[in-house]
Amino acid sequence: MPRYAKHILFIVAPLVAAFAILPFAYNNQLLLFNFVLFLTLAQGVNVIYGFTGYLPFGYVGFFGAGAYGFSLLILHLHAPPLAAMGGAAVAALAIALLLTPLLRLSGAYFSIANLAAALALMQFISNPNLEAITRGPYGVSMTGVFNPRLAYTMALIVMAGAMLVAVWLRNSRFGLALQAVREDPVSAAQAGVDVPRARAYAWLISAVIAGLAGGVFAWYVTVFYPENVFSSDYSIFAVVFALFGGVSTILGPIVGVLILYGVYNFIGFSTPQYFQLIYGALIMALVLFLPQGLISLVKRRGIDVP
Amino acid sequence: MSPDDILRIDGLTKIFFGFRALDGLSLHVSRGEILGLVGPNGSGKTTCINVVSGLYAPEDGSIRFDGAEVAGLAQHKLVHRGINRTFQVPKPFMQLSARENVEVAIAYGGARQGEVDAAALLGSLNLDAVANRPAAELNSAQQKMLDLARALATKPKLLLVDELAAGLNPAELDWVAAKLKEFARSGMSIIVVEHLMGFIEQVTDRVVVMNAGKEIFGGTLGEAVQDKQVVEVFLGGGHAH
Repeated sequence: MPRYAKHILFIVAPLVAAFAILPFAYNNQLLLFNFVLFLTLAQGVNVIYGFTGYLPFGYVGFFGAGAYGFSLLILHLHAPPLAAMGGAAVAALAIALLLTPLLRLSGAYFSIANLAAALALMQFISNPNLEAITRGPYGVSMTGVFNPRLAYTMALIVMAGAMLVAVWLRNSRFGLALQAVREDPVSAAQAGVDVPRARAYAWLISAVIAGLAGGVFAWYVTVFYPENVFSSDYSIFAVVFALFGGVSTILGPIVGVLILYGVYNFIGFSTPQYFQLIYGALIMALVLFLPQGLISLVKRRGIDVP
Repeated sequence: MSPDDILRIDGLTKIFFGFRALDGLSLHVSRGEILGLVGPNGSGKTTCINVVSGLYAPEDGSIRFDGAEVAGLAQHKLVHRGINRTFQVPKPFMQLSARENVEVAIAYGGARQGEVDAAALLGSLNLDAVANRPAAELNSAQQKMLDLARALATKPKLLLVDELAAGLNPAELDWVAAKLKEFARSGMSIIVVEHLMGFIEQVTDRVVVMNAGKEIFGGTLGEAVQDKQVVEVFLGGGHAH
């Protein structure tokens, strides 16, 4: 069996199946939806950070753009939600294209510029003068599209898509080229890779994943404010989850979300008074002792982690 | 440009913050020739390789390769046209295995499908035993060979070799010299930048001596050591005029 088929059969399919069945056995639908959302976003971060080395602290910009791309099509064109999901992808793609020059920066400079771009986008959308178009700071309220079950199903499809992208990158020439670019762009060019183009493709793919996640979020909640969908928490959580598990693998971001977001909710429910202390200590321990993520514990033993 | 020339450089100039690293350099390389590029530190040898391989764009001058002007083209485009290089300090993809290092270049370097076999290429450079190990775990001589393997995987017509011999033991030097000659016999042209004169004498057909970004001598190494200007540059401690 080819490697990619194993990855689909033993990683992606069980994960999607589990989250498809869980709503029938567990009542907290919102929590399950959030898990699916973060699994998608962490894998999106993996595409751009794990495979090219760009740490996107402003990743939420694409999520917000997707949420508004979805909502504006519903509000102004009365588009059906499925078509509006296309709007979410296009909005994120447009923002990513606009921000492509950021890829000329590297390291912290890229991360800071990306964060600034996301904040600027939020300020633009929140502008009261644009109320007629974006609803400005007063937020979006969509009527007639509220359908959590269908939105959850769409979230599962988007998550499956993000997982399949990770499988493709882990098993394709293009994924290998991206890793080469991450390791050493000069040498990658010397191997014949068109470095700016490879980076741009990864950037656009990663943006579309976040845009679709934003669209499905908007569909699920139907009412939100700019600060909800441009909250830096999304960027930070997605980055931390992906790093905690270990990037440039398929499994790493999945493990990161399941454990860390699981712990996050467990502490939040059981001992909320110690929540920030315990969570902060966990992240510090990760950075100090496992900078390559949990997956590195297995990799150190010479085991190839998918 | 003579039909025998694969590369002809005319008046090549590269300026870094007012410093003329290349100052109107002119040279040519024939098909299947191994040209030695020698000169004191700072004479512009590595800059020449960096400009020809597309790492830096020149301010002025012409680089004609295989009948076409290529000055200022991006690195990957030059790779596809048939120019590749090694680095003074090897730059493999450290987290990727030796095999993956080569596979990237096979996939993207412009060689026809099936033309280059990763295992055979690694084997030919004595890297078969470490093919599945991350490049970071290889010793410096192996990393140099991996740098060379990545370049060879793209089937270059012109190979630019920047101080490949530095740090190798005598047996490894002889082996590398034999390899370069073997490549040249198959039709590949090679420019070798090197400080080890014994190695230069062993592998090159002709040398170009550089000083202050210019060619000051062209001929055999034996003729070069008889040349007053060359001797003054190497032993005089100053720039010849």
